[in-house]
This record gives sequence, structure tokens and C-alpha cells, in this order.
Amino acid sequence: MSNIHVTTSINGDPVEFVCAPDEPLLDVLRNRLGLTGVKEGCGTGDCGACSVLVDGRLVCSCLVLGVEAEGAEISTVEGMAEAETLHPLQQAFIDHAALQCGVCTPGILVAAKALLAKNPDPTDEEVRFWLAGNLCRCTGYDKIVRAVQDAAAQMRSA
Amino acid sequence: MQYAKPKTVAEAARLLKDEAGVTRILAGGTDVLVQMKAGMVEPALVVDIKGLPGIREIVAEAGGYRIGACVAGAELGEHAGLKALWPGVVEGAELIGSTQVQGRCTQAGNLCNASPAADSVPALVAAGAVARVIGPDGVRDVAVSDVPVGPGKTSLKKGEFIASIFVPARPDRASDAYLRFIPRTEMDIAVASAAVSLELDGVGMVTAARVALGAVAPTVRLVEAAGAALVGTRLDEAALDALSAACSAACAPIDDKRGTIEFRTHIAGVLAKRAARIAYTRAGGQA
Ligand SMILES: Cc1cc2nc3c(=O)[nH]c(=O)nc-3n(C[C@H](O)[C@H](O)[C@H](O)COP(=O)(O)OP(=O)(O)OC[C@H]3O[C@@H](n4cnc5c(N)ncnc54)[C@H](O)[C@@H]3O)c2cc1C
Ligand code: FES
Ligand code: FES
Repeated sequence: MSNIHVTTSINGDPVEFVCAPDEPLLDVLRNRLGLTGVKEGCGTGDCGACSVLVDGRLVCSCLVLGVEAEGAEISTVEGMAEAETLHPLQQAFIDHAALQCGVCTPGILVAAKALLAKNPDPTDEEVRFWLAGNLCRCTGYDKIVRAVQDAAAQMRSA
Repeated sequence: MQYAKPKTVAEAARLLKDEAGVTRILAGGTDVLVQMKAGMVEPALVVDIKGLPGIREIVAEAGGYRIGACVAGAELGEHAGLKALWPGVVEGAELIGSTQVQGRCTQAGNLCNASPAADSVPALVAAGAVARVIGPDGVRDVAVSDVPVGPGKTSLKKGEFIASIFVPARPDRASDAYLRFIPRTEMDIAVASAAVSLELDGVGMVTAARVALGAVAPTVRLVEAAGAALVGTRLDEAALDALSAACSAACAPIDDKRGTIEFRTHIAGVLAKRAARIAYTRAGGQA
């Protein structure tokens, strides 16, 4: 099984890596590129902790092969803050204590950002349905929904 | 494992045919990668078909739409024209998995994974959709209902793959709907499901009807007697009861932790009734 050379873009920066043909993008991001914001909760598409954007689409990076990143644009939680300034979603999660252990948080932030790009003024139900593939074992989701709504309101008035 | 991303359909068919070991096609990967991770399959060759020309496009054709095999669920939901013509086909595909899974999953992958509970298949069968299959010997068109032949098995031959799925044109007063039963509100596998496609005349009489059931037999099942029960009616209670009875009679489900034979047989009829009412209203009928 010979490794494959891949040229891609991650959070706006050109990146090259080599990976095995059957290696999930999740493992490439974490183990080869040190982007450990992407988490592995299940490895089978159920928990959403590994959520990233590929060409603007929200996907589970555990269900994408590293080789599929060739020529793609990938966004991870590491690209959300601008230097020292947190993204409004990140700040709202802190303000609302919308996390405890934090394992689900990067995936939820990436997923919530994708939601607000598509629907800047979602209902609570729309937030819950959109995030149904992001499991959280700690918070009970209520604070997550409130944090997303607060960030959405701030982003609408910005 | 070898990975290949061919640029032409001929090359894809040749790669799949020439490989002596186990092959898998990679569309959205939401079944393949899970099965590889679980050790259920160890392919010698994975052929990523997302680089083939037109494979990610939805194109208007003869009053219907040709849906490329690698169009993801989320993209179907964003296509206003397709959603207006075949809302049940789109809602079936949109029920697959989470937002993340929607970003990748395809109807063709759902069909060829051949789960009896595949959510996008019943509405395609009710729609009379046709798969365009490409293989080493050329191109052939196959009814979607003839693709799965049992759990995990399809009628496709070595080297063959689906390039697109065609949903036909339909009259003005026509529509469809898909419903499934799951114990939760999201992210679960259908215990039973039903798709209904109807055409009406000017006074709301059903002139044509096709009904398909999921998760109640080894493959999705087209129930002709259920469709016939609706034709010539305005969807009155007697017609709906006949529909429901025909559906239950067509069920040959399994007993498992998700539902008993008795429950699945009953609920398939109930879902068909509800889906018929939705399709009827969507088609402009006054229920
Ligand atoms: C978290 C999660 C939730 C899910 N929920 C649901 C659900 O609610 N309902 C449901 O029905 N399914 C569900 N699934 C299963 C899966 O997402 C669907 O079956 C999906 O439609 C598969 O499409 P894909 O493009 O990802 O297929 P892939 O994984 O790429 O391929 C699936 C199979 O089809 C073959 N194949 C793919 N494309 C073609 C083609 N064009 N021609 C011939 N063969 C082909 C492959 O060789 C493979 O055997 C879920 C999966 C996950 C991980
Ligand atoms: S690790 Fe990818 S969904 Fe759980
Ligand atoms: S904060 Fe622990 S899983 Fe969500």
C-alpha cells in the first residue's frame, strides 16, 4: 500500500501531505498535520466531533478519505478565530458556558458556523435539527442552542 | 488498498472489471468507509467516481430530471425544480443521516448499498425512476426497482456502476410523498416506510397511483394492489383502508429489536395512508 501525495488548502493556506489510500481525513488532520481541534468520537459518522467543511459543505472528516482532499478547500475550527479575536460563536460558547468537557465543541462550532452562513436567523428547532448529528454527552444541548442564537443575533446586527 | 479516481466512464468500468479482488465504488463514502472501519469489507480497489464528467449535476431532461450519481442529499434539497416536481423523492433522500451525512450521501450509493431500509429508494421506485448503468459492455437503463435483489446485493454485473438516475416528467396535478417510522425524531434507521406517487384529474379523482414500501421485505417493494386501490377514488376512507390493507398484505418483514413483524406490518399500512394524504394535497386535491 503505497502512500499518495495530496495537495490541498486548509483554512486558506496551501498544504501538502502524504497519506495511505485508506486513511481517513480525520487521521490526516490530527496525526499528520497537528490540527487536533478535529476530534474523534466514533469514527463512523455518528457523533459529529470530527466535523469540517470540504468545499463549503459540512461533512464528517472520519467519513472522507485523506486522498479525497486533493484540490479541495478544507476549513476546520482552527480557522475560525482571527488572530487573537475569537469568532462570535466561540465567544458566545464561553459566555453561555455551552461546553463542559469540550470534546464536541470544535465540531459544533464548525457546524453552527455553516448553519448561520446558510440561515442567519434560525429557529431553535432549526438549530436542533441542524446539529442533530453533533452529539454532546455533557451539556444537555440547551446552552448550546442559546449560545448559537446569541451569536446569530450578534452577527445579524454586526 | 488501491485508490483510483478515473476521469472517464470507460476508464472507471475498465478499472472495476480488471481488478480481481474486492472492489468498491466511492461516492459519498458514508456506507463504504463505515464498513471498512468495521472490517466488514477490505477492498483491494476503491474507485472514486466523483471525477467523472457530469456525475455531480442535476440536468433537466424531457420534462423530468437526470440526477448524477454523485449529487449529495443536501444538493437535492437545494434544487427548487426537482423539489417542486418530485417532493417525495427529495424528502426521502433528505432523511438520510445528519447534516454532515447529507453533505456526502448519494441516492445511487443508498440504492447500491441495498439496505431494505434505504430511505431514498421507496420514493424512487414509486416515481418509476430509471438508473443509467455504465459497464464494460456499454450503457443500459434499468428500473430502480430492479437494482436491489436482496440485503446488500444488487443486479449490477462486475464492472458496472450507476452514472445517473432519471425521474420522469409528470402532469400538472401530480405529486408524491415519503414517510418513515423511527423511534426518535432524527438520525435513525426506518422500522417501516412508505412512498406514494399520485396523478389526479381536474376534479381530484386519482388517475394513477404507485405505492412502494421500505424495511418490510428483503428489498423495497412496489405494491401494485395498493396503487390500484386508490385509482378512481377521491381518497375517501374506504379507498385509504383498501390501500392500507393491500400494503399490510404485501409485507414480509423480519422481527428484530427495532420492530416486530406485527408492528411493521401494521405501521406500513398506516404510513402509506398518511403519505397518500400528503401526496394528494400536494397534487392539488382537496382532502
Ligand atoms: C451516521 C449515519 C446515518 C445514516 N442514516 C441513514 C438513514 O437515515 N437512512 C438511510 O437510508 N441510510 C442512512 N445511512 C447510510 C448511508 O448514508 C446511505 O446509504 C447513503 O445514501 C450511501 O450513499 P454514499 O454515496 O455515501 O455511498 P457509498 O458509501 O459511497 O457507497 C455505498 C455502496 O454503494 C456502492 N455504490 C456507490 N455509488 C455507486 C454507483 N454510482 N454505482 C454502483 N454502486 C455504487 C458502493 O460500492 C458501496 O457498496 C447513514 C449513514 C451514517 C454514517
Ligand atoms: S468521529 Fe466522525 S462522526 Fe464521530
Ligand atoms: S461538552 Fe462534553 S461532549 Fe459536549
